[in-house]
Amino acid sequence: MGNITSLNINGKKRPVDVDPQTPLLSVLRDYLSFTGSKYGCGEAQCGACTVLIDDQMTRSCTMPVGKVAGKQITTIEGLEKDGKLHPLQEAFIEADALQCGYCTSGMIMSGVALLKKNPKPSRDEIVKHMDRNICRCGTYLRIVKAIEIASGTAKEVRK
Amino acid sequence: MKPLNYDLDLDLEIERYELFADPIYNFTFNRRQFMKVFSGGVALLVPMSNLLAQQEQGESGRGRLDENGPKEIGAWIYIDEKGEIAVYTGKVELGQNIRTSLAQAVAEELRVPFGVIRMVMADTSVTPFDMGTFGSRTTPVMAQQLRKAAAAARETLIALAARQLKVAPADVRILNARFVNANASESLTFREVTGGRSIVKEIPADIAITPVKDWTLAGKSVPKAGGRSFVTGLHWYTSDHKRPGMLLGRVIRPASFNSTLLSADTKAAEAINGVVVVRDGDFIAVAAPDPQTLTRAEKSIAVHWKSPGQPGTAELFELLKRDSSPSRGGGRPVGSISEGMAVADKKLSQTYTVAYIAHAPLEPRAAIAEWADNQLTVWTGTQRPFGVRLELAEAFHIPEESIRVIVPDTGSAYGGKHSGECAIEAARMARSTGKPIKLIWTREEEFTWGYFRPAGVIEVSSGVKNHGTVTAWEFHNYNSGASAIQSKYAFPNQDIQFHNSKSPLRQGSYRGLAATANHFAREVHMDELAQLVGMDPVEFRLRNIQDQRLRAVLEAAAKLFGWSGRVKKPGSGAGIACGFEKGSYIATAAEVSVDPKTKKVKLERIVASFECGAIVNPTHLHNQVEGAIVQAIGGALFEGIDFQNGQILNAKFSKYRVPRFSDVPPIEIVLLDRKDLPSAGAGETPIVGLAPAVSTAIFEATGQRLRALPLVRNLS
Repeated sequence: MGNITSLNINGKKRPVDVDPQTPLLSVLRDYLSFTGSKYGCGEAQCGACTVLIDDQMTRSCTMPVGKVAGKQITTIEGLEKDGKLHPLQEAFIEADALQCGYCTSGMIMSGVALLKKNPKPSRDEIVKHMDRNICRCGTYLRIVKAIEIASGTAKEVRK
Repeated sequence: MKPLNYDLDLDLEIERYELFADPIYNFTFNRRQFMKVFSGGVALLVPMSNLLAQQEQGESGRGRLDENGPKEIGAWIYIDEKGEIAVYTGKVELGQNIRTSLAQAVAEELRVPFGVIRMVMADTSVTPFDMGTFGSRTTPVMAQQLRKAAAAARETLIALAARQLKVAPADVRILNARFVNANASESLTFREVTGGRSIVKEIPADIAITPVKDWTLAGKSVPKAGGRSFVTGLHWYTSDHKRPGMLLGRVIRPASFNSTLLSADTKAAEAINGVVVVRDGDFIAVAAPDPQTLTRAEKSIAVHWKSPGQPGTAELFELLKRDSSPSRGGGRPVGSISEGMAVADKKLSQTYTVAYIAHAPLEPRAAIAEWADNQLTVWTGTQRPFGVRLELAEAFHIPEESIRVIVPDTGSAYGGKHSGECAIEAARMARSTGKPIKLIWTREEEFTWGYFRPAGVIEVSSGVKNHGTVTAWEFHNYNSGASAIQSKYAFPNQDIQFHNSKSPLRQGSYRGLAATANHFAREVHMDELAQLVGMDPVEFRLRNIQDQRLRAVLEAAAKLFGWSGRVKKPGSGAGIACGFEKGSYIATAAEVSVDPKTKKVKLERIVASFECGAIVNPTHLHNQVEGAIVQAIGGALFEGIDFQNGQILNAKFSKYRVPRFSDVPPIEIVLLDRKDLPSAGAGETPIVGLAPAVSTAIFEATGQRLRALPLVRNLS
């Protein structure tokens, strides 16, 4: 298999020239400038690198770029539309669902993937879906709340 | 330059782990830095001595320094000729939201909207010297001093405005960022007031700051500064930066600690276009223009190391006791242990242990280093930008003024990023390659080549009366540290000692430091004593508490938990613990269930009450307390470093379990707002109460008393 020469990222074709075995995360960060996706573990354990591939939650650190060529890749940079944040991005600010923010991109992308397939998830469904994303600052309860706000199931927001 | 005096105050032992390296100050460039920035307008300087003479209400006495310390600048507020307001501080934003809370404090005093304050932080060439961002000192010390500076700036400006408006200063108010006269018929902007003047002042001794009851901006939940850039992925952490011509670096590591490099065959790597191999003693690293080439080069290098035999987890606690010193402080004995034991109805001796744990910040260490004309610039995430600058100066034998360390708001640290290993490695590579180097540690490197929270052994012997009064308390901590080794209990006879030891692993600061270990041992032991005399654990503690603030948090947590009316269910149990550290008080209650067959422990509910004086930002405080409790779940239940023969055996997230969504039960927090007391820091203390509460909850559920952290390993 020859090098990958083009990727569909956030609705646009981007020229690249990389070995198909290169992890998608590295292509996004090092060869392009989509640095919103973060390196946290390199073994699909923490979720900081999460992107959507055809709307599916994907850990880009272990995904060879050769497998996603031709598919629709969405990164955190692609959520904002015409200057308007995605409702989950808004909800993260509203619920103060971050401290250092390093996990935030991955959390939001994982949450967006959940909401795409299940617009009104229960609390248990949120926890189960998000359980492979790590936040070392411990904002988990607030992230659950943010997803509930974005899905319209939140009971009340702590101020 | 004066070193800390370790002999005067035994509590200073805390600083050994906080600072990680001996503190050495260099204040001489602060004024020069200031003059570089200052070009007319009004500037209020915070003398360094104001920041160093921090006393935390004189209670724990930590960090006390010579009163005749250098009168250099520790921070400044600058209102330039355009009326733009900037605050310069060497503090670092790591997720604790001080970029927000410090701006709140300054905006409050200047009577301007929060959004107009520009915080300039943690850049050694621009911001004044700061010892580091640790020890929960930003809120009680830096915020307080910046408030005073802002109040003084306001008073200065009001005096100028009054002259221009031809009214008395008392008749000038600041309204919507304008200075207005009494009937608001005339007004001036900041620019009009400052225009053309250059005024530099120190904080007058008698400056009054806004009383907490009059706060309008502080005390409110202002959203996180720059929040939008974080949720859009646009915030730049160190690893997100790129420099022209930059190479990516990778250090070739031995398999175990204390290894010596015997030989390295780097010919194949060096034959690859664009690859540079750097070797200096036992340091060997490779750099390449892109990740694919870097990986190829790294794989082509064959290295032989010599490694000595080294101890492992199995011998750890035996070694820590064996290699310990007779005593390195903890406090002077109070009363007489033998007399206290003589009047006791019951006696108890127990040993408690804590494992090494890793900080595992989600952003691993990273640095970008660049040399130009013998000037070194390093971007790196650290809690001690000036400490890292010194480490670089020592490593490369160059003056500190030739080095600039810039800290982008960082992906957390929890005490784990005091040191400059990654910065030094990147700088070493950059010097040989002649190009900027970006070095990002892998998760495995972060787990292995940083440092750990100290492991420790704690022995407690005590005596108690049948009615619940503790009569004797002897407490020995081996290696884990002295912070919070003293308690707020009113024990009449105490002998509390910290023993230094030789740690087999590199150890350093951690959120809450040894306060977690000392609270774990103390509070579990208190529960054991309550059991011994057949008393309720809350009632038993209250019997031994005279401190009203400690009583208040314990009673608040017990009430919110429903402690007194609770009904014990089979297979479940509850525990409670309380404590004090770094100026704030915490009480934590936990309920667990234990599956009778699998023995799986599940946290069902956590309740905490926390009091740190006057609350600055309720939402961010709540977030800090909650985050500390969630982090505490890991250290309490399952986090622990396994090591053998100089190798970390669980150096990845798939082997080292940290708390996840499913580990977190509902957490109810009550924040006691003491507007009559100065604000203390809050990032650390809430972590200390959970482990003992969970241990005693497991005891109630199973009858099994767990005295080692982590309590349950290999939970699935």
